[in-house]
Amino acid sequence: MDLGQINPLLLLASLMVAATPILLAAIGEAVVEKSGVLNLGVEGMMITGAVVGFAIGVNTGSPAIGFVAAAAAGAALSMLFGVLVLYLMSNQVATGLGLTLFGLGLSSLIGKPYEGLKAPSMAKWDIPVLGDIPILGPILFRHDPMVYVSLIIVAATWYVLTRTRAGLILRGVGENHDAAHALGYKVVRVRLMAIAFGGACAGLGGAYVSLVRVPQWVEGMTAGAGWIALAIVVFASWRPWRVLLGAYLFGGITVLQLNLQAAGAAIPVEILAMSPYIVTILVLVVISLRGNHGAPGSLGRIFHATH
Amino acid sequence: MIHLEKRPQPSKFWAGFTPVLAVIATMIAGGIMFWMLGKPPLEAIRTIFWDPLFHETFGPYSRPQLLVKAGPLILIAVGLSLGFRAGIWNIGAEGQYIMGAICGAAVGLAFYPSDSVLIFPAMVLAGALGGWAWAMIPGVLKVKFGTNEILVSLMLVYVAENLLASVSQGLLKNPEGMGFPGSRNFRDFPAAYNTELISGTGMHWGVAAAFVAVIFAYILLTRHMLGFQVRLTGEAPRAARFAGVNPTRLILFCLGTSGALAGLAGLFEVSGPAGQVTIDFNSGYGFTAIIVAFLGRLHPIGILLAGLLMALTYIGGELAQLMLGLPAAAIQMFQGMLMFFLLAMDVLSHYRIRLNTPATV
Repeated sequence: MDLGQINPLLLLASLMVAATPILLAAIGEAVVEKSGVLNLGVEGMMITGAVVGFAIGVNTGSPAIGFVAAAAAGAALSMLFGVLVLYLMSNQVATGLGLTLFGLGLSSLIGKPYEGLKAPSMAKWDIPVLGDIPILGPILFRHDPMVYVSLIIVAATWYVLTRTRAGLILRGVGENHDAAHALGYKVVRVRLMAIAFGGACAGLGGAYVSLVRVPQWVEGMTAGAGWIALAIVVFASWRPWRVLLGAYLFGGITVLQLNLQAAGAAIPVEILAMSPYIVTILVLVVISLRGNHGAPGSLGRIFHATH
Repeated sequence: MIHLEKRPQPSKFWAGFTPVLAVIATMIAGGIMFWMLGKPPLEAIRTIFWDPLFHETFGPYSRPQLLVKAGPLILIAVGLSLGFRAGIWNIGAEGQYIMGAICGAAVGLAFYPSDSVLIFPAMVLAGALGGWAWAMIPGVLKVKFGTNEILVSLMLVYVAENLLASVSQGLLKNPEGMGFPGSRNFRDFPAAYNTELISGTGMHWGVAAAFVAVIFAYILLTRHMLGFQVRLTGEAPRAARFAGVNPTRLILFCLGTSGALAGLAGLFEVSGPAGQVTIDFNSGYGFTAIIVAFLGRLHPIGILLAGLLMALTYIGGELAQLMLGLPAAAIQMFQGMLMFFLLAMDVLSHYRIRLNTPATV
């Protein structure tokens, strides 16, 4: 093995790219869970976003339109979940699983004709001045726009959740839906909006995999990223900036193992490939040792207004 | 104004009737989907649900396949249903299924080419143990540290898939396989082959095990204290705690049983219908079994029927692929839809629909 082949600068730069899909999906899910709903369908919404974003991107030749379509598709799919759990009061765990299974089927159905095609390339933003800073420039400021969009979404989520009235209502609904209902807040409506936001973010995350990260359509290509996003929300104790930290840490591990594979490390490829999942389990264990601090009080509970 | 009123107890009638309703709704929605794909809807539905059983030329070939496919689904789903009833969510059955297959096959292959009658029982034991051990990981982590079993069991599916890729190209690779990935074929190893018990029916040891599991689960849930505790924990967790139900024991029991059954299913599959350990011998039964468990209303008898129905959609799907060029993914979506309709219609068994405005308290 030649560790010298691994360029630390490139490693750090590709870390942001590797982390972006999970970051997007996780920040969306954090908002959903803050409103008291557990949506286990992240993987299904991501893969649907991936295929729709790719298909629209290829057909229009514009990745930007692809991303918009992916967000719309993710949100649309999440509404299916929303109607089931909020209006028909189905079990959230089971419905989320169903959404994932459904999304996987839907995506491979849509994606068949697009296998083997190449995604329209997305221009990198070479931010003037900042991009020319030695070392930091290539790491931080020479990415595609979506990397920055994801950071803006994290910042906006943090601001809305902690600094605005809308965020307060959303957290209130998630902490105690009966109390929020008694105060006159529309629990179902707030949750539906949160679920739609989560779906749109998961869709964006999926599209980032198919349009930028890979960039082509392969069946089942999100490979558990949606589930890892769910784990990162727990890791982050439902806090936006910690979601960012978790996603980047995870992105770092992914990139490192890919680089080790490419450098021909003495460790078998399969062991390297399973390492992100094992690390996720270990992280979950460490987090649970500390107790479930910050889990919204009404998370996963069914809300039924009797009057 | 439509409004829902919670029933004091879930309706028995609707609990039994909603799966039927969900299947009908799925057929209609599926027909619309097939029509949108440019396939004749009625013919597609007939090809999926009728032809595998009653078609003159295909029937004799597909009928045995029904049990071959239903066996693992039922075996896994029965195990999962125990946990699901108690609110313990093992969704990594696919991983336990793979590990059971790897462990069981490894024991068998280690004794190649012996013809001892003890080999197959040893493989069965190893398969069950492999699945059990894999499910014990989320179990022990949940009991010791309170770690979320949903995420851990799912992450372990990806770990198991990578292990499978590794052993099928390395440790368990056929030494006489001319370098092709995959283990020795169990068809050439009679002592370890999970053979058809009654020829022409598709009945193999795995299917027999599935029937036994259904019977045991039924007795457990209706006649045994442990089964009562499982039901109590699911329906009223607080009451269960006051009644002295030991949650640790229950978690380990539910996860362990579902893991062992999934492991068994994997072993029976790999030593029978699949024939060898290959990188993709697993066909997602562990995930489809989740739908089977819900379609069967988490009840052993229901799961038996649901497993047969789901097996039918697999076989019918393959037939529709062949006859009508229906994409394989359409069947996967069809199964997903079934799950959705089922969950949506559950509302009927838990709530009454009232059309008048509610009286304000």
